Amino acid sequence: MKLRQRAWLALPVVASVLLAAACSSSSSSSSSSAPPASSASASSSGGLKTGLKIFVIPKNLGNSYFTTADSVKSGGALAALQALGEIGAETSGTTDTPSSQLPVIQADISKGAKALIISATDPTALCPTLEAAMKKGIVVVTYDSDAPTCRSLFINQASSQAIGDIEVDLLAKQLHDTGEIAIVSASADDTNQNAWIGYMKQELTKYPNMKLVSTVYGNDDTATSTQVTQGLLEQYPNLKGIISPTTVGIAAAAAVLDTPKYRGKVALTGLATPDEMKKYVADGTVVSFALWDPANLGYLAAYAAVELASGKITGAAGQTFTAGKLGSFTVGPDNTVLLGPPYVFNSSNINNFNF
Amino acid sequence: MAPDVDLAAVPPGPGPSGLEALRARAPWAFRWEAGLALIVVIIGIIGTAASPEFLTSNNLFNLGLSNGEIAIMALPMTLIIISGEIDLSVSSTLGMASCLLGFLWARGWPMIAIFVVIALVGLAAGALNGLLVTRVGLPSLAVTIGTLTLYAGVAEILLGPNTVSNFPAAYTNLGVNAVPGTGGAITYSTLIFAVLAVIFGVVLHATPVGRSIFAMGASPEAALYAGIRVKRIKTLLFMVSGLVCSFAGVLYTFRLSTAVANNGVGLELDVVAIVLVGGISIFGGQGSIPGVVLGVLAFAGIQNALLLTNFNQEASGVVAGGLLLLSVFGRNAASYASRLRARVPALRRRTEGPAAGQAAAGSQP
Amino acid sequence: MTPTLLRREPPETPAEASSRRLTERVFRIRETGIVVVLALFVAVTAGVQHRFLSDSNIQFVLVNTTIYALLALGETMVVISRNVDLSVGSVLGMSAYLSANLFGEHPGIPIPLVFLVGLGIGAGWGIVNGLVVAGGRVPSLVVTLASLYIIRGVDILIVGGGMVTANTLPGGFTGIPKATVAGIPDLAIAVAVVIAAGAYYLRSYRSGRELYAIGSNPEAARLAGIPIGKRVLFAFAVSGAIAGVAGVLWAAQYGTVDSTAGTSYELTVITAVVVGGVAIFGGSGSVVGAALGALLLSTINSALYVLGISDFWIQAIFGFMLLLAITIDRIISVKLTEALRLRSNHGGT
Repeated sequence: MKLRQRAWLALPVVASVLLAAACSSSSSSSSSSAPPASSASASSSGGLKTGLKIFVIPKNLGNSYFTTADSVKSGGALAALQALGEIGAETSGTTDTPSSQLPVIQADISKGAKALIISATDPTALCPTLEAAMKKGIVVVTYDSDAPTCRSLFINQASSQAIGDIEVDLLAKQLHDTGEIAIVSASADDTNQNAWIGYMKQELTKYPNMKLVSTVYGNDDTATSTQVTQGLLEQYPNLKGIISPTTVGIAAAAAVLDTPKYRGKVALTGLATPDEMKKYVADGTVVSFALWDPANLGYLAAYAAVELASGKITGAAGQTFTAGKLGSFTVGPDNTVLLGPPYVFNSSNINNFNF
Repeated sequence: MAPDVDLAAVPPGPGPSGLEALRARAPWAFRWEAGLALIVVIIGIIGTAASPEFLTSNNLFNLGLSNGEIAIMALPMTLIIISGEIDLSVSSTLGMASCLLGFLWARGWPMIAIFVVIALVGLAAGALNGLLVTRVGLPSLAVTIGTLTLYAGVAEILLGPNTVSNFPAAYTNLGVNAVPGTGGAITYSTLIFAVLAVIFGVVLHATPVGRSIFAMGASPEAALYAGIRVKRIKTLLFMVSGLVCSFAGVLYTFRLSTAVANNGVGLELDVVAIVLVGGISIFGGQGSIPGVVLGVLAFAGIQNALLLTNFNQEASGVVAGGLLLLSVFGRNAASYASRLRARVPALRRRTEGPAAGQAAAGSQP
Repeated sequence: MTPTLLRREPPETPAEASSRRLTERVFRIRETGIVVVLALFVAVTAGVQHRFLSDSNIQFVLVNTTIYALLALGETMVVISRNVDLSVGSVLGMSAYLSANLFGEHPGIPIPLVFLVGLGIGAGWGIVNGLVVAGGRVPSLVVTLASLYIIRGVDILIVGGGMVTANTLPGGFTGIPKATVAGIPDLAIAVAVVIAAGAYYLRSYRSGRELYAIGSNPEAARLAGIPIGKRVLFAFAVSGAIAGVAGVLWAAQYGTVDSTAGTSYELTVITAVVVGGVAIFGGSGSVVGAALGALLLSTINSALYVLGISDFWIQAIFGFMLLLAITIDRIISVKLTEALRLRSNHGGT
């Protein structure tokens, strides 16, 4: 009976498919704001405007992945905005749906936003509102999850192909390229998940002895993800590995596999935050998994939004800008900026991370 | 609390007799709706004070857009609750209609034919609820929890993992544009809500059917003996609910330009909450359409004001729940006062003033 | 809704004793019915996929059932008294986060103390619900709908974007749902004992029987001198306390807790209770039936996954099951009423 929710960890879609996000989101909220400053049009040393009102709009509030991406404490989007002298605030709805995100986006526009940094809950549903915002001269940047037709830039955490490839490669290494495997995805209509799964299938052709037997959906609900994982184990007694490209799914699957019966016998990899996996890496249930640094994603999106709002770039392919500590980035095709390759976590490095 | 709000409006001076006189002269001042209207005004004042944007046409437009479908679904829910039943399947009916729209559109059906099918399916969904409640004699709470799941399940079967979002602009514009000539403040869903509210209001408050609905909610047995066709009317109410909710599903789909299996999930409790805030008794037999319209304004206004004022949105559930409790206590204030007096006769003289005020504030028509 | 559904039985006659026996037999028939459906379901599923009855799957199903069965116990006590508690999912969520968070805040805290904290959080909210319902004489549907929103809202405010992760939880804690005795999870045995205790209380203690009396006819119960407020308050307190403990178990089972734990559990629990034969408007039903209802739902869920049936069908099947169950109950109760009337007529002439 648990109702379907979108995966909160919606990641980027293939760059070529490109979704750009543009859309509005809304909800109110917590805010961190910037240093006292200033008139909205003053220029700082780098030629960037300061005092701009910029809203960061994750898919929903209360989501630890987005909290890391956005907060000052973790060095995310709000930290970058603060450093640049802008007035930043994080707002969103409490559930991961367009109908919850839309009123917040509209309210942010009413509040005089100069730029919106959004993780789109739907690639199309937010567009009328985001297009209206862009017509008013508000900069729209998407991050994490795109709305391709209604934004100026999409900040892509990693290319979909890189994500699909690395998860299959990590699993293949553990299984010595052989055995039945399955995927525990988020919801069946999640664009990012489906794009990654598409690339996983493509990458699997390199490993003829690995067979994908099933793809199941846990709807990013812990209890449902647990049950679908249990069902896989019973249905496919020869199952050797599971890929779960969603943090809720992989945490639930890890809890199921964390028994002597399955530990080391059914391998698990996917996308997860290091904190979620520390226990399971320590006890050997999970060997390695991938992700990017969500804080860097938010940080980069904030810089890109300020560059756009200051008129330094327009979002056209080939333009270059510097994003503080992260260095220089070039806008790629489809008005997309790529954060970098996914990062692999394992027992040797996991304890260096705290998110 | 509501009683305080109403008490504030009453001069502290008059004793019981003064209050009673006032009550006789202006009975409307003592209804929950009056308290609610005051709450709406207060929300308006606070909202305007907190943000100059609050009463702009642009914000009213946004407010109507975000709450249109919920408000529309609250109208048939009002009639059903007054008749002594409840319909929790409203949001699933909305979702099922949304998925049906996507499913048939993706298969190239003409829009008119799709509307007809959706209307028929909505009526059928309501009829199933109604027949199980009236003919099989099952409690509507249990029946509609069952159909809540069943209809959401049908939505999932229809669309599965697919999303349909290629609806023609002529239709999706209806979902996001303002009605011409309204200064950009009124959405189509607001207009539809207003028209439906008038129709439902007239039916409920000015026709024999409306009186029957109140009668069967207040006392089903008496209604039956009075010759009211309780079963038929209740079945019809559920069918109207199915029809209106599937229509709300079409609006929802066009507003978001997206048909997806989880559309509308979880809205049922918001709809019930609005109706209850509007002063409808959960036990049936009491309430009014103007009250529900005010309930919509209070519910939507508070959420919107929170958004505009940088208040922590995460707490909006606390505010919604608080408003709900306020409404139920406001309505019940009368019985508290009489209980208090009955229990503590010694205190009677001292408490009578305020107690009478509370009683009056909460009393129902 | 209540008035419509309140169908008063005709005044009881000398045939009272025998009719009570008949009623009890029907209860038993009702529970037997669920067991039969359960057995059929298991047999068919196992016939298609024999691993459905593997040790590991039996453990999975039993552990998955424990939380719902516990919640169903508390909910049954509330429902029998002609009330409803919609706040159980929110209470579970808050208790899951706050109790699991203790391990990180106070490393080395004894596990039983954490369970006590969870129980306390739940009982606290249950008492608040009960006081408002019983003291304010307001409908429990409205009160617990409000507390569903409020408790979840407070939970989200407390948790923010935080999360308790498995690495902060001691192995002894996350191991609780995995321990087994002869292939049966310890947890399932413990929950069965708690349910048996609940069933014994409702059957054999005066205050337990009084909950049925309140639910079947509140007016009569008041005239009979039953302290309705006190009993209803107690039922809500128990339901809350159980939801609190269930929250701690939720954290132990899943290891990762954020502010969404337990969202929308209330409708699943009420479904289990109603499928288990408890009348939604009070006065009849048994805790054992409700627990069996929870077991049936988990079994169906598991069967669909194990058989690899598309999960898009699960919701529709659940909804259909629920409608079927209440329809069958209604038919049984109509027949029962007829049988009782026949008997009492017989006795009277």
